[in-house]
This record gives sequence, structure tokens and C-alpha cells, in this order.
Amino acid sequence: MAAEKATREAFGEALAQFGKEFPDIVALDADLSRSTMTKYFAQQFPERFFQCGLGEQNMIGVAAGLAASGKIPFAATFAVFASCRCFDQLRMSISQPRLNVKVIGTHGGITVGEDGASHHAIEDLALFCALPSFTVIVPADAIETVQAVNSAITTEGPFYLRLGRPKVPHIYKEDYQFTLGKAVTLRDGKDATIIANGIMAAKALETAEKLASQKIDCRVLNMHTLKPLDEEAIVAAASQTGAIVTAEEHLLHGGLGSRVAQVVTRQEPVPMGFVGINDLYAKSGKPDELLQKYGLTVEEIEKAVKSAVARK
Amino acid sequence: MSEQHTKAQLDLPVPELEKMARHLRRHVVSMIATAGSGHPGGSLSAADIVTALYFKVLRHNPQNPHWPDRDRFILSKGHAAPILYAVLAECGYFPIEELSTLRQLGSRLQGHTDRNLTPGVEMSAGSLGQGLSIGIGIALAGSLDKRDYHVYALLGDGECDEGQVWEAAMFAAHHKVDNLTAIIDYNAIQLDGRVCDIMGLEPLAEKWHAFNWHVLEIDGHNMNQILEALKKARDFKGKPTVIVAHTIKGKGVSFMENNVDFHGKAPSAQELETALKELE
Repeated sequence: MAAEKATREAFGEALAQFGKEFPDIVALDADLSRSTMTKYFAQQFPERFFQCGLGEQNMIGVAAGLAASGKIPFAATFAVFASCRCFDQLRMSISQPRLNVKVIGTHGGITVGEDGASHHAIEDLALFCALPSFTVIVPADAIETVQAVNSAITTEGPFYLRLGRPKVPHIYKEDYQFTLGKAVTLRDGKDATIIANGIMAAKALETAEKLASQKIDCRVLNMHTLKPLDEEAIVAAASQTGAIVTAEEHLLHGGLGSRVAQVVTRQEPVPMGFVGINDLYAKSGKPDELLQKYGLTVEEIEKAVKSAVARK
Repeated sequence: MSEQHTKAQLDLPVPELEKMARHLRRHVVSMIATAGSGHPGGSLSAADIVTALYFKVLRHNPQNPHWPDRDRFILSKGHAAPILYAVLAECGYFPIEELSTLRQLGSRLQGHTDRNLTPGVEMSAGSLGQGLSIGIGIALAGSLDKRDYHVYALLGDGECDEGQVWEAAMFAAHHKVDNLTAIIDYNAIQLDGRVCDIMGLEPLAEKWHAFNWHVLEIDGHNMNQILEALKKARDFKGKPTVIVAHTIKGKGVSFMENNVDFHGKAPSAQELETALKELE
């Protein structure tokens, strides 16, 4: 896989590009536009960009007011601040009135790296999924990010896009077609299914290739839309492959694993395994070192698949 | 909806405004008494300001609540929903009879405002400190779209304890959002007691000055002062305006006035009778 790009970079470029086509798009940032990459939009459309300084709560409210007046606001900051810092504002000013605000959280997960626990967003997906009316997307690469941004623009209602800091390899080609709420089968298989999103989608694929040589044939689903969940794909995976493992760059509670488990237990119980961060905060380190230390690896997914398959 | 109310007169002279404010206060205490819960104090303190806005100042059309050029009123202190419902009903946004459904299951009149349920309600509120930010967003959209509407946001004094209010204050001044007016219903009582004992705000006007706002200070029960301030605020350019309106919590009902107990308590049947007599 040659080409690679950070999803935040893809977002920033896409927003500036879509800004031409959609005059109602406005952008807000809380003193992080050089990191969230809203700076590209700000350069092109200075009159449609609102610098909020370090006031995330106010930013969410201003975005809600703009949405209530027909604009399509993109409010961007780091994922930790977008979720934890202004949760009540998300609830009261966006979720309850169902306003058309697009919240962008960049620097999701622990691959933020050296900045440490304060900056590792590992609760954001649980928090956003807790809000009725929000659509939650975790793109796996730059190509998917661009289409997710397009989907957020053209679909009415509150959105959260969780993006990452480091460059990630493309897992899709340019002709990829994103469909909101529909999981993508990255690889078909009959023995087990690995459901992943974000940076873990590429690792899930890698795991499946590795397991194929050990005669375990895995299906891999990229569950880019975390809410609403593609229940049909999950139930099909459970009934056709008989074992499911989830992999996410997030705490094990409240994110992909919990949400998939709810569908599986209710509709098609099969053995499951869960790869994610287990009820702790990570420390400073290089992104790859952290993924290794906290078990977000091909080896951990492999172990979980074997365990689930053994319990079939 | 009765014919009389579809054609409510929305530009009343001062004596009629004063009469209307008393009338709205009657609605407030009746609604809350019927509901058996609610917040009478902060609705009664805001009654004169809200009356002046809806029956004189705001450019609005109850037959077309989504008219893009309407002025916007954001009730940030969402627990004062009853005074907003009362004025909206009297303007003809929905039938007056509906006021008696406040807080009941199936009613469009929620305990705190819901913009998707109630015609004329611009924003959902209830968790405090958020309405000024909303108002800013609406004002910015107006400037972008070259519409000349004005946005009014009514805040409580206790609400000014919330940090977001000051984030919003800083933002509005920095971005020179001058099609926006904040009004503080400074009734000097919050849920736990007197504002000066719970979390003192003084010097409040100076705080807003320091945040680079145009500041006006008035008696929030004097209709002439209210109208004059609202006009000055709308005409002032280059800065947002805040009107610090000194009011009396529970205004108009003797036993509720300056009584912290009636921040969030419904009157009994007997208390209602007394209140309605005093508000005749």
C-alpha cells in the first residue's frame, strides 16, 4: 500500500472543495484550525469561517444557531474536546433540537501519541453514540473520509466524524462508493467475521490474510457508520460465519464492540471477541508503540478470532 | 384558533402593553397552578420585557413562524417557558386554550422549551447558559445572508454563573455581532437564594463593559425604559448590546415577590386565587 494520508488532512481538503459547491457550508474552529485542517476552508472562504478561540462550548452553540438559520456548520476541534468538553452543549443545543450541525473530531484515539492521556480520545464514540439523532462515522482512510464528508453535507441532521492525526494507508481505490449506514465487506469468508473501523480496518484485513494461511477464512467488515449500525450485515455475518470479533481504537465499553454485541445477542447469538482499550488511559508514546502496548494489533485480533472460533 | 387571535394586534401603545403584561402574568400563574409544577418567579420578572418584545418591538408573523426575515427571540433561561408560551398564544401562534396543557403528557408545551414542538419557539432550552451562543449563530447567519433581522436573547442572572455565557460574550464582541441584543433579567434571586449570597455578579454592567459590549441599564418593569433601551440596542452599531434589566422576582404577585420559594414552586389553589385578584 503506497499512498497514505491522514483522515484529518483529507477532511480539510474536502471541506474547502465542497465549500465551492455548497454555499451554505460554514466552518467553526476552536484555535486548532492548523491541526484540524479547517485552515484550508478558512483560507478560501474567510467570511464563512468563524474562529471561536478556545471556547468549545460556545462554538457548539454558535454552530447550532447557524444551523437553525439554514447553514451547514462544520464545527471542528480535537475529538477529546468535541466530545467531553461540550457534551451538554451537544445534547441540549444539537441533539435535542436535531439541528444540522456536523461535529468534526480530529486526533481520535491513542494514535495521537506523545501528547498523552489528556489528548487521547477513547470515550468520544461512546458519548456521541449516546446522543439520540446523531449519526456517527469513523472513516478508515482518506478516500472514505471525503465521501463521509459529502454524506454529512447532503444528509440532514447532526453528524459526528471521528478522524485521526497520523497518516494512514489507503484501503480503498478512488472508485470506492460510500453508503451511509452500510458496512463494507472488505473480504469475504466463512469461518469468522472481523468487524472494525477507523485505523483498525486495515489491521483487520491484515489479520484475515494471516489467518487464511492457517486455514481460518475470515470475513472483514468495515463498519464505518457506527450509528445507525448496519444490523443486517451483522446478523448475516453471525449466521453465515458463526463467530464475530470487533476491533476498535476506543474503550471497549460504549463503542463498536458494545454496539455490535447488542445486535448479536438480540438477533443471532454467536461467540464474540473484543479488541479495544480495556478500561484505562494510555500513556505518552509513539503511535505504533502505543498500539502495541495497549493491544490494538494484528496479534490480538488473531487471538480473539481463534478464541471465538474455538467456542463455536 | 379563534379569529380574534389570528389577528392579534402586534403594535400596542404603552398602556395596552402594561395591561397585556398583567394579562400574561395571569396566564403564567394559572398555567403553573394547573400543571402543579413550574417556575413562576422568573416568568413574572420577565413579563414586561417579553410583552414589549412581542407586542411592539419584534418583526414577526404568528401565521408564518418560519418567515426568514423575522426577528428572533431566544429564551435562554428555559425555565421561564410559561411567559414565552403565554405571549406566543396571545400573539396567535397557537390557541390560548392550549396553555392549560403545560407540562402534561402529550402537550406541545414542555416544561422547558422545545423548538420542534411549539410554534414560535426558536430554540430548545433548559440547560442554562447556551442561548446567547445560539443567538450569535443566528445573528451571524443573518449577516451572511444579508437579512436585516435582529436577534434578542433573554438570560437569567443566575445563568450568568455559567462559563459559556462569557465565552459567548467574548466571541460576540470580538466578531462585532451588532445585530444581537442580550437582555439580563436581573431579578437578584437564584434557586438557592439571593444572587449576592450564592454567586455574586457585581459589578455586572462593568463586566459586560470589560467584555467590550455596549451596555444599557434599566428598570425592567418600566415599559418606557424597556422600549427605549430595545430601540437604542437595535440602532447601535459596531458592538453587541446588553441590557441589564433590574427586575423583581415574582413581580406582580405580592407573596411571590422577592420570595426564593417561588423560583420553582407552583401556587396552591388558594394562592392562585389571591394571585389572580392581585393581577386584575
